[in-house]
Amino acid sequence: MCTTCGCGTGEVKIDGDAAEHSHHEHDHVHADGTAYSHAHQHMAGEAHQHPHARSYTPAHAHAPGISSKRMVQIEQDILAKNNAYAAQNRRRLADRGVFALNLVSSPGSGKTTLLVKSIELLKGRQCMAVIEGDQQTSQDAERIRATGAPAIQINTGKGCHLDAHMVGHAMEKLELPDDSLLMIENVGNLVCPAAFDLGEAHKVVILSVTEGEDKPIKYPDMFRAATLMLMNKCDLLPHLSFSVARAIDYARRVNPGIEVIEVSATTGEGIEAWLDWIERGAIEARARRQDTVDSLKRRVAQLEGQLAARSA
Amino acid sequence: MHEMSLAEGVLQLIEDAAREQQFGKVTTVWLEIGQLSGVEVEAMSFCFDVVTRDSIADGARLEIIALPGTGWCMKCAMTVPMAEVFGECPQCGGHQMQVTGGTEMRVKELEVA
Repeated sequence: MCTTCGCGTGEVKIDGDAAEHSHHEHDHVHADGTAYSHAHQHMAGEAHQHPHARSYTPAHAHAPGISSKRMVQIEQDILAKNNAYAAQNRRRLADRGVFALNLVSSPGSGKTTLLVKSIELLKGRQCMAVIEGDQQTSQDAERIRATGAPAIQINTGKGCHLDAHMVGHAMEKLELPDDSLLMIENVGNLVCPAAFDLGEAHKVVILSVTEGEDKPIKYPDMFRAATLMLMNKCDLLPHLSFSVARAIDYARRVNPGIEVIEVSATTGEGIEAWLDWIERGAIEARARRQDTVDSLKRRVAQLEGQLAARSA
Repeated sequence: MHEMSLAEGVLQLIEDAAREQQFGKVTTVWLEIGQLSGVEVEAMSFCFDVVTRDSIADGARLEIIALPGTGWCMKCAMTVPMAEVFGECPQCGGHQMQVTGGTEMRVKELEVA
């Protein structure tokens, strides 16, 4: 395994390719004169950051010379690496005005069917692309491609979740157009994907009514991390003893601010409300990109004015 | 949850620090783990031992510093202790709680040789 960025555990495949990329070694010297040599990855055109740990010999420890043991302060989040990749993804998405959603649920909640339905209805209204995460097979990506939307499959191998590094590579392959929508269908798992930020705008958790209504308190981390809960398969409610009110109550115990939309991918019930929710987010992402472009243009005009005044 | 990925993350941080700080052996690792982080401490210790085998942290002692969970109760408008992410407010018994602390998963420091 690449120890620099965790790349290439040997199991991860992005549409058939191993998730590999180049690393380079480099040296640099700090202000205190210490020289460092290390390897790391660069994204095109991006400055890099890498934290440096500080070390000290504890005053309370041992007499100098007796032991070579010393303490090294790290003070870093275990997920720091993933979070750094997620921040990079988020910046790239913002630059393009792309609205990205991370869809999470148990296996079998109907995520892919819901996605296919949403794509069909959004066709012509919204340019979009999909990243599919599964342990094995590219069947889901093929289902998405059948709708005409570009899709890329990530197979996590033994991994139980997508991470920001895999998604960054998949994004490079997809070449997302400006102002588009990116749907990331995570591995069916209500536990691990909660902790891994992919750079998305929101996590959307899908709970189907054929599951237990107490899932939000059984798997609280995921429901706490999500902005929106879609209650899928609502057409089956007449045949079940599932209480929608109780499920919402459980979800709000874990996450008082969670939004809820009841949908059925089969009958189309509630789908318009879900698509409206997506479009509102996409409009905001677009507007933010436009604001940035406008302010950059103003800045350029200002600088050109200053330059003209000096060279005149 | 995902303790194996977390243990790999810990080892990466250790190896990065080893390159920068030029040490070749780690004898103790201190982690700060929040009560609401979803990390199972026993699973973490097990995974840490597996992941660090034949690495510079092979055989290192793992010390876990548990950090308490806290939440903001919207009804009481105050910070209260929280044992679970869907916990009740010990003051009013309500569930209108926002987690404010105890989700940490950090490598705090290392003892190296």
